Amino acid sequence: MRWSLAAVLLLLVQITQAQVDATSVDFDSQTITIALTQEPPQLNGMKATDQVSILILSHVMEGLVRYDRRGNIVPGVATRWELDDKTATFWLRENARWSDGSSVTAHDFVFAWQNALAPATASEYAFILYPLKNAEAINRGEMDPSLLGVFAEDDRTLRIEFDRPTGYFVKLTAFTTYFPVNKDFFELKGDRFAADASDLIYNGPFKLTEWTHSASLKMVKNDYYWDKDSINLNTIKADYITADTRARLNLFIDGKIVHTRLDGETYKDALTQRFRIRRFTTGSVFFLEYNHREERVTRNLNLRKAIQYVFDPNEMVNKVLATPGNLPGMSLFPVWLNGVEDKFRREYPAPQTEVDIGKANQYLDAAKRELNLDSIPPLVLLVSDSPTAAKQAEYLQGLLKAKLDLDIKIDVQTFKQRLAKMTSGDFDMVNAGWGPDFDDVMTFGDLFASWNMNNRGRYNNPEYDSLVRIAMNSSVPKVRMDAMGEIQKIIHNDSVVLAQYEQGVIYLMHPKLKGVVRRVVGADPDYTYARVVK
Amino acid sequence: MWVYTVKRLLAGVITVWFIATATFIAMHMVPGDPLMNDKAVSAEIRRNLEQKYGLDKSVPEQYVIYLGNMLQGDFGISFTQQNRRVNDIIRDHFPVSASLGLLAIFFAATGGVLWGAITAVYRNRMPDIIIMFLVILGISVPSFVFAALGQLMLVNINSMLGQSLIPVAGWGTFAHMLMPSLVLGLGTMAFLTRLMRSSMLEVVNEDYIKTARAKGLSPVRIFFRHQLRNAILPVVTVLGPSIAAITTGGFVVELVFAIPGLGRYFVQAVQQLDYTVIMGTTVFYGAFLVFMVIIVDILYGFIDPRVRLE
Repeated sequence: MRWSLAAVLLLLVQITQAQVDATSVDFDSQTITIALTQEPPQLNGMKATDQVSILILSHVMEGLVRYDRRGNIVPGVATRWELDDKTATFWLRENARWSDGSSVTAHDFVFAWQNALAPATASEYAFILYPLKNAEAINRGEMDPSLLGVFAEDDRTLRIEFDRPTGYFVKLTAFTTYFPVNKDFFELKGDRFAADASDLIYNGPFKLTEWTHSASLKMVKNDYYWDKDSINLNTIKADYITADTRARLNLFIDGKIVHTRLDGETYKDALTQRFRIRRFTTGSVFFLEYNHREERVTRNLNLRKAIQYVFDPNEMVNKVLATPGNLPGMSLFPVWLNGVEDKFRREYPAPQTEVDIGKANQYLDAAKRELNLDSIPPLVLLVSDSPTAAKQAEYLQGLLKAKLDLDIKIDVQTFKQRLAKMTSGDFDMVNAGWGPDFDDVMTFGDLFASWNMNNRGRYNNPEYDSLVRIAMNSSVPKVRMDAMGEIQKIIHNDSVVLAQYEQGVIYLMHPKLKGVVRRVVGADPDYTYARVVK
Repeated sequence: MWVYTVKRLLAGVITVWFIATATFIAMHMVPGDPLMNDKAVSAEIRRNLEQKYGLDKSVPEQYVIYLGNMLQGDFGISFTQQNRRVNDIIRDHFPVSASLGLLAIFFAATGGVLWGAITAVYRNRMPDIIIMFLVILGISVPSFVFAALGQLMLVNINSMLGQSLIPVAGWGTFAHMLMPSLVLGLGTMAFLTRLMRSSMLEVVNEDYIKTARAKGLSPVRIFFRHQLRNAILPVVTVLGPSIAAITTGGFVVELVFAIPGLGRYFVQAVQQLDYTVIMGTTVFYGAFLVFMVIIVDILYGFIDPRVRLE
């Protein structure tokens, strides 16, 4: 009896201990707590591809340049740089340090970039280094990594040679794949590199001090960071890892985390809780991609036109997605992209399609004549197995049946199998999307070039290809943007894909946390310059 | 006795081998490509990945290599977390699932025995009807509903009190374990309640209970000393497999309560076609289940000599 009493007491003590757990923000210690949607699968910057890994890496590492509070490129490890069509030179700061106190040198960049391109590393993001001279050949295994167009003239000077003019190269160096790696440390760790908090050294505003897999991560202000005086937060704790949006909303309501993203369901609960709901456009565009392969009916332009003329992106956004934040899809190029001087879409307005059922049916009749068919056979619409994807697919199915009497067979597949079917061309239409890899129109513009392996519908148009080449081989903004403007027209006129929406998210943020930056490229949300106010 | 034990162990090894083989075949029959991701990669990179994971070899060859490594206790490297070994994943996350499972079993067993006994004593009266109704709910409602409801309840309690008495999610202290293990144990608790009820009903009508009553023993004493003790045996029997089932079945609960258990890896690996993690977790869980059953079998052998002779 006495023992069980002791056990009960012990239990109570432990419960009350949990009580003193700090809340999501603490002014005095400048500490915040966040939740992650998944365990970061890869903290080796040379190989990271997913959102969560990039989020963590962008807080604990730094490239040659970085983004400031307003989204402008500012000096990072480099203090200044010069760039022309063939070469670039970066001068590195004296006081850039790794978290073990050693200097960040030009050699660390050379090593990281060579290693990321080496076929043995098998980095999925290697392509982002392709502007560098010989990069593509090295990545294909045709050349030795030492021949890469990047050289350390001395510890503080990094010289770069290009394969082609890359006006946006400086922006690229803010990305994770371009982060430096200390060669000695990398070789010391071998297979274990980046496997745990102690298997990495850090040169960013924060350093990772604890990492309990699938449970929690802790980032603490890095005292060796050259600009540590601009950093207000002392600690960022990621104490919760769960993909469940409802669980994260519950944690937010309970005051345990500073930020959570909402979906169609949790949105309503957040409304009843009277939280201030914020919105943000992620920069990704979602579209209906057609299969342009020889044997597919969707190769027929008139059939694609018919579909284009019955589809209203406004209805998709307002009635089907029905959460705030999404923008109707008018173009492959999202609204945030920069043009020559203003936003790209303001300088090159997207061609509009007015819904016209009569016209659509004329196109459909023409398609039937050209294809020699009395009726179009059922079209296979490939979609992923998420609830939103199903909703969108069913909307399209209903729309095309009602307006054009087209039958749609919805093919729901898991993530991997959908990709496999997209790659092998086993579909007529697929609900696809594209998120930007870097801050330039090219990240969308070259998507349907015949050589792009992400062009899974195998669209092939020499005119499109030559426009992409013009934009690639020029460093004159006007020339590049004109070419992209033409591409925007081709995508509309040739109905290469059917833009559906620009993805928006709605989220909650703790009102006492200021200065969190949302970004379309790189870490999102970015807590680097955040601070807790009283 | 030794012969019996060795026989059981041998049968266990064969079962595990069968599980490994069946999983291997099923996994390779699932459509989809484990190396494919959002961004398409060059043929060279693909070749390197295939080499790293041994996918460039034929499936039978892969099977032989796989079995060889498994015998040495090496499950390979995860496909999604490319610098983590599957062995490390199991070592790091199984204890979490196991401790959660043990507490769940504790809740399930104490609750099941108590409710079952009460329903038997109050057979066909109000307490029995109410509890049996709840039992049917407990068995038929899936755990994700209970998980969501349980969490919502905590949020409401905490907001009413104005402080976090019991954490809503997360891992680390004993308080973090309370709600998830209760939710995890509910199904088993319901099942054990029914089992306990029927076994208790058998005991209630035994002669020795009548004798006890005739002797003038107090009902409380009869209940604890004579009825409960004799009725509890079947419940103990099913506890072994239940422990295995509970420690492996916590995916949803782990997701909702943000718990770093192995159950999440188990399910996500299948979704992401992470071959090595699928094989590692399945074989590990399979072996664990077989091991629990063998222990129960061997204990039977000790308790009941007739089992050995068969």
